[in-house]
Amino acid sequence: MFEMTALLRQRFAALRSGAEFFSLRYVQQSQQQLSVRKNVAEPPFFFRDEGAMLTVRLKGVEAYAATADLSQAGLQRALEQAERLAAQIGARALLDLSEQPVATEHSDYRSPNLEQPLPSLADCYDLLARESNSVPADSRLVNWQASLGISNVEQIYLNTAGAELRQAQRFIYPGFAVTAFDGQDSQSRTLGRENFGQQGGLDVIERCGLVGAGVKVADQALQLLLAPNTPSGVRDLLLMPDQMMLQIHESIGHPLEMDRILGDERNYAGTSFVKASDFGTLQYGSKLLNVTFDPTIGEELASYSHDDDGSTASKQFLIRDGLLLRPLGGALSQFRSGLDGVANSRACGWNRAPIDRMANLNIEPGDQSLEQLIGNIEHGILMRTNRSWSIDDARNKFQFGCEWGQLIENGELKGVVKNPNYRGISAQFWGNLSAVGDASTLQVLGTPNCGKGEPNQVVRVGHASPACVFSQIDVFGGDA
Amino acid sequence: MAATPLQSFQSLVASLQEQGRAPEHFTLSYSAEHSQFIRFNHAKVRQAGEVQQASCVLKLVKDGRQAELQFTLGNDNDVDQQRLAEAIEQLRQTLPLLEADPYLQLNDSAWQSHNVQDQALPGIDQVLMQIEQGAGELDLVGIYAAGPICRGFASSFGAFGWHQANSFNFDWSLFHRNGQAVKANYAGQHWDNDAFALRLRQAREQLEYLGRPLKTLAPGEYRAYLAPAAVDEIMGMLCWGGFSSQSLATKNSPLQRLYAGDARLNQQVSIAEQVSGSLSPAFSDEGTPRSDLRLIEQGQGLDRLICARSAVEFELAANGADSHESPCALSMAAGDLEQRDVLSRLGTGLYISNLWYLNFSDLPAARMTGLTRFATFWVEDGQIQAPVSTMRFDDSVYSLLGSQLEALTAERELILSTSTYGQRQTSSSHLPGALVKRLTLTL
Repeated sequence: MFEMTALLRQRFAALRSGAEFFSLRYVQQSQQQLSVRKNVAEPPFFFRDEGAMLTVRLKGVEAYAATADLSQAGLQRALEQAERLAAQIGARALLDLSEQPVATEHSDYRSPNLEQPLPSLADCYDLLARESNSVPADSRLVNWQASLGISNVEQIYLNTAGAELRQAQRFIYPGFAVTAFDGQDSQSRTLGRENFGQQGGLDVIERCGLVGAGVKVADQALQLLLAPNTPSGVRDLLLMPDQMMLQIHESIGHPLEMDRILGDERNYAGTSFVKASDFGTLQYGSKLLNVTFDPTIGEELASYSHDDDGSTASKQFLIRDGLLLRPLGGALSQFRSGLDGVANSRACGWNRAPIDRMANLNIEPGDQSLEQLIGNIEHGILMRTNRSWSIDDARNKFQFGCEWGQLIENGELKGVVKNPNYRGISAQFWGNLSAVGDASTLQVLGTPNCGKGEPNQVVRVGHASPACVFSQIDVFGGDA
Repeated sequence: MAATPLQSFQSLVASLQEQGRAPEHFTLSYSAEHSQFIRFNHAKVRQAGEVQQASCVLKLVKDGRQAELQFTLGNDNDVDQQRLAEAIEQLRQTLPLLEADPYLQLNDSAWQSHNVQDQALPGIDQVLMQIEQGAGELDLVGIYAAGPICRGFASSFGAFGWHQANSFNFDWSLFHRNGQAVKANYAGQHWDNDAFALRLRQAREQLEYLGRPLKTLAPGEYRAYLAPAAVDEIMGMLCWGGFSSQSLATKNSPLQRLYAGDARLNQQVSIAEQVSGSLSPAFSDEGTPRSDLRLIEQGQGLDRLICARSAVEFELAANGADSHESPCALSMAAGDLEQRDVLSRLGTGLYISNLWYLNFSDLPAARMTGLTRFATFWVEDGQIQAPVSTMRFDDSVYSLLGSQLEALTAERELILSTSTYGQRQTSSSHLPGALVKRLTLTL
């Protein structure tokens, strides 16, 4: 672990520059992706990547150069490229960063259970094959796949102010998916995949529930195929954590990203219905809404000690009792806006520069069990597992769809319905939050697929949430 | 003098051939770029940098087993040879642990392909000056991405392909102070100051319309014109498994009813994968020369994209598709609606320049939802009246490009991908605009 440290220290110290400040961020990644589809092992895919980004600050103007050439000459060349670019930009720069503070700390961070060995390749395939083979014979089951992704990432950050920040993380992504088809309609049911990923070791596979998934997920896909469409109308909506994560992500996370509010993302990811002046004054949701940026939950995907600009990460309330308090803004956004933010300046790898991203964005648990949540709904619907997401560029008008729906009548769960969709407007939706599940309903989830930025970046984000109830929401089904 | 990307790739291929042990077979694909990325906000440079990267994907095959490893190259021959050797070793250790792959199929032809388009690109100073002169007083936000892109492929059967193209893509928006915006793009291989100035002027003209008072529409059904960029968003959703032979066979395609013959699109709709003449490499990521394909002909599903693996599994003939079976050079046939007649034919309804963030609300029914974004106008009697606030639509492709399609434009727009996830992409689409009799707005 951190085997490159000594070499990088030595090479960083030998770099020569006329800039007032520069940093090096080295990232090494390795991945393996395994899957068994319809009882046939697919070829394994392995990935190895390493490189570094050199960032310079020259007369208050920052620029970067990213290279996979880690030799002394290669790093020096990249540094000089960045310097040249900073000089070319000069007066055309949007920002004068002469006075922006820089990181100075030393720290090491490791994922929980990082030292724990994982099963061998053959054992991983055995696990996936067992689950695949457990899918019952039924001509309506036309496709199924068990998968396991493992990713290791090491990062070393050095700068001329003396900071040395090292992070070693391991991410696990188990998954299972089944598609059922009746000659006209098809329905898919999944476990894990894009909706579940955690840091850790074997414990992650256990928590995901991959063992035993084959029979269960196949049965649910067949139930969906037989189910009626979700009826259209206004109902109370009980969202389980694997849909809450998407709801949080799209309609709290993205609108609170400070770089969007400052306009950087208006050409691509979009802007925000939230204004800089809203922090401290806007009632974002009902008084039951408590939202935290929390990098301290070890297994959550985006737990870390420092972000990629070297800011120290700590738990912060972004929304407390429904009141909007602070944005998702890293050190640069805080410098630009004058607002207190969080340590969320993140990059997807060595070849992309850090920008404001979500990390772990969670809803704090309330005080009701799942039974109580259901029991208090007279006319409603439970939805679980996101399958469709769409929201406007200001992150306000949304429409989301789930895999699984169950009607709720007079405090009791009723039949399964397919194609459950709902729509709403963020600025109003969170005001309809009428009940929050307790810790027994909370799940720590996350996705590796959050896209944003120019040039584009995909990063891991974590979302822990209890089940939540929203009153009077417009729900509807599909065409089939 | 540093090796060129082609020389680096050739060196790796030669080394791989030397290290090969019969009956092993290999394929090696190569991808590289040296890119400048300049982000703008308020017509100033917000973030700027250069990225130099190259990577290989090595596939090793022996005794009916296969495994792949992607590794980053270090721009140094010794480092890269070492990484190649380590990759070979890891895959050699892996193969005996695997079951034989029943869907393995290798292309054993020794095809050759070489395409280099190395026109000089503008210097950063020139680009920055042009943007400053043309848009210095405007609220411009966006990204300029430029530089060479290389793709290579070689196999132990003697196949060798090389594709190298210098290109730039300036993708930007102009914002009115009321928050409304118009989107524009200038991309290609030869920067022309006059052509760029023209694009900027056209965007400025649209910006003036956006200053009018905003019109808020109620949900309902509207006539609408979808400009090529908006059609491109719909096509983007259909490319998400729509034409894939695996997705069609496993019932995860939004076009499964079309290809099953249970539904059809309007007779005006013909869609092709038109690789020849496009900016995409002439060979797929798995080393097969790509074919031009007729995906949809006069509203009916025809060819599908079939990679080597799917060909074996579903007993089809491979046709050069990438392993993920998505089009890389989509081309939709033009119609007969002249661009100058669009507003008058629309009469009263919506002129939609762009759509945004589409997703499926019912995938088997090809029903999708999304939003208007950038320069959407309310038109009455063929005259632009007002910009329209963001609206959500929810409609089936069988309606939009089926029963409710009135006309396609005679002029088409070539849209080069602005995607830079992982690396700059080379895909493109060539699309007309579409006039539809009914678009359902829901929110």
